[in-house]
Amino acid sequence: MIEAVIINGLVSAGVYALLATGFSLIFGAARIINLAHTAFYMLAAYLIFTLATTLGLNLWLSIVLGVAAVTFLGVLTYRFIIARVRIHDTTTLIVTIAITIIIQEVLLIAYGGHFRSVPAMVAGYTELLGVRVTYQSLLTLGVVLAVMLGIWLILMKTRLGTGIRSTAQDREVANLMGINVPRIEMITMGLAVALAALAGALVAPLFSLEPHMWTHPLVMVLAVVILGGLGSIKGSLMGAVILAFSETLVVFYAPAGAYLKGAMALTIMLLVILLRPQGLFGVSFEEER
Amino acid sequence: MDLIKRAITCLLVVCLLATPVLACGGETQSETKEIRIGVIGPTFYVQGQHHRYGAEMAAEEINKAGGISIGEDTYRIKLFFANSNELLSVTDAANAMERLISVNRVSFVMGGIRTEAVQAMQDIAMDNKVIFLGSGAAAVELCTRVTENYDRYKYWFRVAPVNSDHLGHVSFQMLGMVAAAVAQKTGNTPRVAIFAEQAVWTDPIVAAAQANIPLMDMEVAGTWRVSATATDVTSELTAIRNAGANVIFTALSGPVGRHYVQKWGELEIPAASVGINVEAQDAGLKALPTKGNYETTLNMYARVNLTEKTIPFYDTFVDRFGEPPTYNAGTYEAMYVLKEAIERAGTLDPDSVVEEIEKTDRISPAGRITFDDSHDIVWSPGYVTTVGIQWLDGEMHCVWPPADGSWEDVSYEGVVPYKLPPWM
Repeated sequence: MIEAVIINGLVSAGVYALLATGFSLIFGAARIINLAHTAFYMLAAYLIFTLATTLGLNLWLSIVLGVAAVTFLGVLTYRFIIARVRIHDTTTLIVTIAITIIIQEVLLIAYGGHFRSVPAMVAGYTELLGVRVTYQSLLTLGVVLAVMLGIWLILMKTRLGTGIRSTAQDREVANLMGINVPRIEMITMGLAVALAALAGALVAPLFSLEPHMWTHPLVMVLAVVILGGLGSIKGSLMGAVILAFSETLVVFYAPAGAYLKGAMALTIMLLVILLRPQGLFGVSFEEER
Repeated sequence: MDLIKRAITCLLVVCLLATPVLACGGETQSETKEIRIGVIGPTFYVQGQHHRYGAEMAAEEINKAGGISIGEDTYRIKLFFANSNELLSVTDAANAMERLISVNRVSFVMGGIRTEAVQAMQDIAMDNKVIFLGSGAAAVELCTRVTENYDRYKYWFRVAPVNSDHLGHVSFQMLGMVAAAVAQKTGNTPRVAIFAEQAVWTDPIVAAAQANIPLMDMEVAGTWRVSATATDVTSELTAIRNAGANVIFTALSGPVGRHYVQKWGELEIPAASVGINVEAQDAGLKALPTKGNYETTLNMYARVNLTEKTIPFYDTFVDRFGEPPTYNAGTYEAMYVLKEAIERAGTLDPDSVVEEIEKTDRISPAGRITFDDSHDIVWSPGYVTTVGIQWLDGEMHCVWPPADGSWEDVSYEGVVPYKLPPWM
């Protein structure tokens, strides 16, 4: 049974980590809690569905177009809405929730409440240690690792990364040092939304599309990033692993209480926060930067 | 001065926003003779759409045939649709019902799906003595209210589906059929995983399954209770496979049912799936990569001769709306029940119409419709039996009652044999 717990736990962790990474990135760099993050994820999934299924475009082309379009929309949203209110934290929260609800209602009107399915990039399954895993899940896990590595490389090894880290450390000083802070923040928002859109492309085939599909991931993403430490990429990864394994353990060891798996994971997050209010990597993140 | 300007601006904005709402809501009673009937359901979801489709089909047929006769007069049906949004908000459902009754001034209402919301809507309808024909919620309690307080709740009738006790009974019949196929193919005693969402309506089914499965010469491999809105059940299915189950007995009404079918098919879990899965009653299942194949669930309609009206109704529905009817399309039947009762009563007086609905005995696409003392549709061989359907090649096929008539001598023309998944 332990093999099944490990493999299923890792697959779930990959999904959570992919969604949480973008969320952490924009918070770490611009201190924006973007509650519309999973709405962009949903929008990308619907767009890819429309391009691939309704318009009959090639799936890979649909993914490229879908991710690009949603990233562009995310940047526009930042430039014309979020950037104008970002100095007011509470207002930013409300504005991003409003954006989410607008996206949800538009999708509800356009597509109705029907469930839709995005075709898998790689169909079928394989057995690992006797546990059946879909290729799409393995692909997602692989992409998550690549994305984490890519984000780390961007942050640590490029001029853009230096700019992002400088802005995150002290916005005003970064500005005085000649860094175009608004531009850096806009690029970071673009990166974050691109990650959400990529998650939409990778994760959507694992589940079904419906106009409220943003809610559960948002709760889990918030839990993951708070557990790991707001703004810490490394923390997001660890938070994702802890919550995913908590859920999986509940299913395997208390099947009659499987419906409590989400609540159990959130309880663990609560306990950790009580002991370490800054999250597991809240302090480490300061050093990361 | 600025303050005044701002106040005027705000007022203008509010008026502009409110205008379309008021324009929609403030209809006056038409001079033409018409009967106003409300159709209430979650408009953006398949349940609410089928409420609408069924009601529209019936109303158009009735109007085309001359309408409803009351004495010398003929009345046309005028439908009012209300979005109850009840899958997400009970409050929205109550507001929608209030609006139908107080703004649209309907005399009758049909629809509803979620028990908690239907209870709230039921109370509002009863307060106003508006006859409410339910076509979605299965909880027994909705009809128990009629027997406990007849004078208040007599305006409620359930047309579809049959109540949850009967749904449970049929699902056990289907479990027996599938378990026999598993035993025959594998030569092993069927080991059943009970897979149910955590909800009030599934509690008695789970308890009954745990008690009765051993009495049916089967073993219980375990019980998995999942959230009705869970989006991933991969771990649960892996655990079921590890437990050595070769049958999965489902009791699912929420979106989890669709995710379950998707993962069950993708991972080819070697256990036959049977029971109640409301999502599998929806034609949208064929959009899954696996096309929902081999999933088996109880249903109200199938393209078989439940009565001579079934196939014509089914085909017309599919031709017109592009998908087979779910039990929420029971509004179609509700409309005819209402028409006949009004014509027999010769008045729109609700008390008189209630008396006539109680006497209903008519052949419908779902079977022969009569109501018991609790105003619940009668489930029984020879009446409405419900059916078991299986997804094969992306289409729904009726597999229960078995074609050999082994269940109560009931057999319907067009039933096909149940097929085990090839990966079993």
